[in-house]
Parts: sequence; C-alpha cells; structure tokens
Amino acid sequence: MTRTADADRIVAALYERAGTLHRTAVTRRVPGRDLTPVIDSILSSPLTGFPLMLLTLGLVIWVTVAGANYPSEVLARAFQAGERVLAAALSAVGAPAWAGGFLLDGVYRGLAWVIAVMLPPMAIFFPCFTLLEDLGYLPRIAFSLDAVFKKVGACGRQALTMGMGLGCNAAGVVSCRIIDSPRERMTAILTNVFTVCNGRFPALITLAAVFAGGAGAGRSAAGGGAAAALVVTAVVLTGAVVTLAVSWLLSRTLLRGAPSFFVLELPPFRRPRLGQVLVRSVLDRTLFVLGRAVTVAAPAGGLVWVLANTSVGGSTLLAHLAGWLGPAGAALGLDGFILAAFVLGLPANEIVLPILLMSYLSTGAMVEVGSLEALGSILAANGWTGLTALCFMLFSLLHWPCATTLLTIRKETMSARWTAAAALLPTAVAAVVCAAVAAAGRLLGVG
Amino acid sequence: MPSPGSVPLHLLPPGAAAKVVGMEAGGPKRRRLLDLGFVPGAVVEVVRRSPFGDPTAYAIKGSVIALRREDAAGILVRGDV
Repeated sequence: MTRTADADRIVAALYERAGTLHRTAVTRRVPGRDLTPVIDSILSSPLTGFPLMLLTLGLVIWVTVAGANYPSEVLARAFQAGERVLAAALSAVGAPAWAGGFLLDGVYRGLAWVIAVMLPPMAIFFPCFTLLEDLGYLPRIAFSLDAVFKKVGACGRQALTMGMGLGCNAAGVVSCRIIDSPRERMTAILTNVFTVCNGRFPALITLAAVFAGGAGAGRSAAGGGAAAALVVTAVVLTGAVVTLAVSWLLSRTLLRGAPSFFVLELPPFRRPRLGQVLVRSVLDRTLFVLGRAVTVAAPAGGLVWVLANTSVGGSTLLAHLAGWLGPAGAALGLDGFILAAFVLGLPANEIVLPILLMSYLSTGAMVEVGSLEALGSILAANGWTGLTALCFMLFSLLHWPCATTLLTIRKETMSARWTAAAALLPTAVAAVVCAAVAAAGRLLGVG
Repeated sequence: MPSPGSVPLHLLPPGAAAKVVGMEAGGPKRRRLLDLGFVPGAVVEVVRRSPFGDPTAYAIKGSVIALRREDAAGILVRGDV
C-alpha cells in the first residue's frame, strides 16, 4: 500500500467516526422550506443572474450616493461652524496669521473635507456590502464570474475583493487574503485600484453631474442625477474591464503561471443578522479605514497650505509645480494644475478636487463650492471641456493608489518592489489611456 | 486504484448523484479535496453549473462546494448510490 492510500483511508476513517458521532449526537429540527435552491437557480441562470448582479451593483452605488448626500452636507456645515469657533479662539490668544492659516485653512480643512466627504458614504456602503455577505450573495457572484477570471489567469474570488474595493481600496487589498494562490492573490492586489473607491466617487459624481447631467445648463436635478449615476456606473464597469485586461497581461508577464486550484463554498441563504452587520461593518471597516485616512489627510492639508502660500520668484510653490507638470498634463488631456492636484492628493483621493479648486481660485485654502453651477463656471473659466472632464475621470479611475492603500500593500506583500509595481502599473495604464483618449478627442475635434 | 466503471466527477450531469471511489489528484489539491469531504464512500450530488458552464456546484457531506472542471476531474466516482 502506498502512503497516499494509507492517508486516504485515515481520512475516510476520520469521516466515518465523525459521521457516527454526528448521527448519535445531533438532532435536526425539521427545516422550514429552504429557498436556497430556488434563489440559486435564479442567480445562476445567465438570463437573470447577470442582470441581477448589475442591478445590485447599481443599487448599492445609488443608495450610497443618494444616502450620503444629506449627512455629508450636515457634517460640512458642522465643520464650518467649528472652524469659526476655532478661528475666534486663535485670534483671542493672539496667534499669528500664518499659524491660523496653516492650522485652519490647511490641517483642519483637509481633515474636514475627508471626514465630511468620506464618512457618510462609507457608513452606508460597508453595511450594504456586509449585508450581501451575510445573506450569502457574494459567493454566488464569485461562482458566476469565476469562468471570466479563469480566462485571464485569475481567481473567481477576485470579484469579491473588487467589491470590497468599491468601499475602500485599502480594505480591498486586505480582503485579497481570501485568495489562496500567491500568484492570483498578487494579481488581485495589483489590480484592486482599478475599482473606484468611495474616496473617488464624490469627484466623479460631481463632474458627471456638471458635464453629463448638464446641471450647469439648468436641467432638472433629478434627470441630471440619473445621468450622473449612469456615467459613474459606466466608469465602474470600465474599471472592471481594465482589471480583467491587466490581470490577463500580468498572468502572461510578471505573474506567469497556470490557474491554481479553486474551491468555493456556497452556503445556504439566510436571514442577515442586522445588529451584527451594523456593528461589524462600522467598527471593523468604517472606523478602521477612516482612522487611517484621517492620519494622512490632516498632514496633507497642512502641506498643501504651505505649498499654496509660500512664494518663490513671484508665484507660489503650487503654481511652480503646476507649471512644471503643464506639458505632461496637456498630453493627458488635463492641465498642470489637475496633475498637481492628483500628485498632492496622494495621501487621500478625497482632497484632489478641493486642492484643484483651491489652485484655480488661488485662494490659498481649500474651498467649499456653493453649487454645481458655480463649479461648472470655475472649470469652464480654466479651459475645461467635456474632454477634460472625461480625461479627469479616467485618470482618477486608473491612476496610482492612495498612500493608505500603498502602505497596506506594503504590509500585505511585505515587499517594496511589489509596492512599487502597484504604484507604477496603474500610473502607466492611466498615462496610456488618457493620452490615447486625449489624442483621439482632439483628432475628432471635441475639446 | 481506479476501480472498473468509475468516471471522473466533472462528467456527471447536474442532478446526478454518485459515490466517491478514488482520487487522481495529488499534493495539496488532494488534501484539500479530502478535507472538504470527498473521501471514498462519500455521496456527491451535482447541484448546478455556473452561468458560463464552469465551475460546478456539488453537494457533499451537507455543504455545497464549487469546483472547476479540471479540479473535479481528479475525483473518481461511480454511479451506484
């Protein structure tokens, strides 16, 4: 007898014994009608399964976007009130103007932007996601999409890590632990950034509302909102296509190898435990991710303020940076200020648009723009066209991951080289795609 | 030791049930499959295929496990439940 045959008989004997114990000790209550097979046959039919998947994605995005609007506004107003109190306190103790500028216009506003913009959508998105997880729906998505991921040399579970990335790419990268094969796990980590995260949604939604929704042209808010939601969903789907393309490329170059063993349990559907869902998603995910974002956003706000308020040779450091990045920005269908905002927004994607507005308005501090119309006219005055907006959205979708995500990748891969790859790869993709779109757009005479 | 009359699991149509008689997979894959309950004598039922036809979900020892075609091919079954 070979050793494997012996081992097999040992395992079989263990199962036999476990089965005997199970029969004597466990009594099963006669279950109510289990709907799992019925639901599964709907979810795994090509006719209904894929539309339902798209619908769920669209619904989660819409609930997050629509639901976050009001609390974001309330938080922003609270922060504005807090700023007035702090300003009064600073002038009462006789603090110099630069200190007030640095602390309030820099650090405080950076922090306020990130929290006001990011907390509400995360507090809505993560419970939605955990709910789907608890329900048992997420493994079904992996089950349905595995064939696609297998084709590009990746693992079906990558669909789940992408879903997590919609909330936050750092959380998405951590979730790649569910992929057993190191090769497929690295593929999922390197491509997670192509899933739009909550930090980037607000800028995308705003620009979509201004340019596609025609808010500036005075169309109805509801129609504009639906058009904006469609544009944003299209951006998310573009990201999924890029993810598959880059995964395919990786499995033939840097991460060569055959698809590995794939096992996925499909648990029965069950009623989600709402209390647990809330606690788990708020504590484990929202607060954790937010804490990390805040620790980078506050210093970043300070740095941006310094750059915008230190003049060398007649213009600010920020203007110098924008001038230096001008040619590259133009080639990508952007401009120097936009590229500078993306560079300075490395710590947190939420502050890219505020930094950009700050530099356009040369106010030296991040501003809160009153309305979409006002925003539209500021952008138009700075030479924005529909093509600029498209390239901005594509660059936002495809560019390097934020600092928090990069730190997480460093921690998860324990490799500086893979972390560098995780930054350079998307940057190259963003450059190629934006340059091509800009060139094609100019050729066609748009923008 | 593939016994006569045994077929690889991936050839069974959805709805069919069979008894595991052997395993051709080796290494960690073999261990993982054994851990999941694909042991000789266990009854396995083909539950459904994914929309693209692969992977396939199998009911084994009270749980439902999805396997890709080439992984299920390593499990030998015989249709005499």
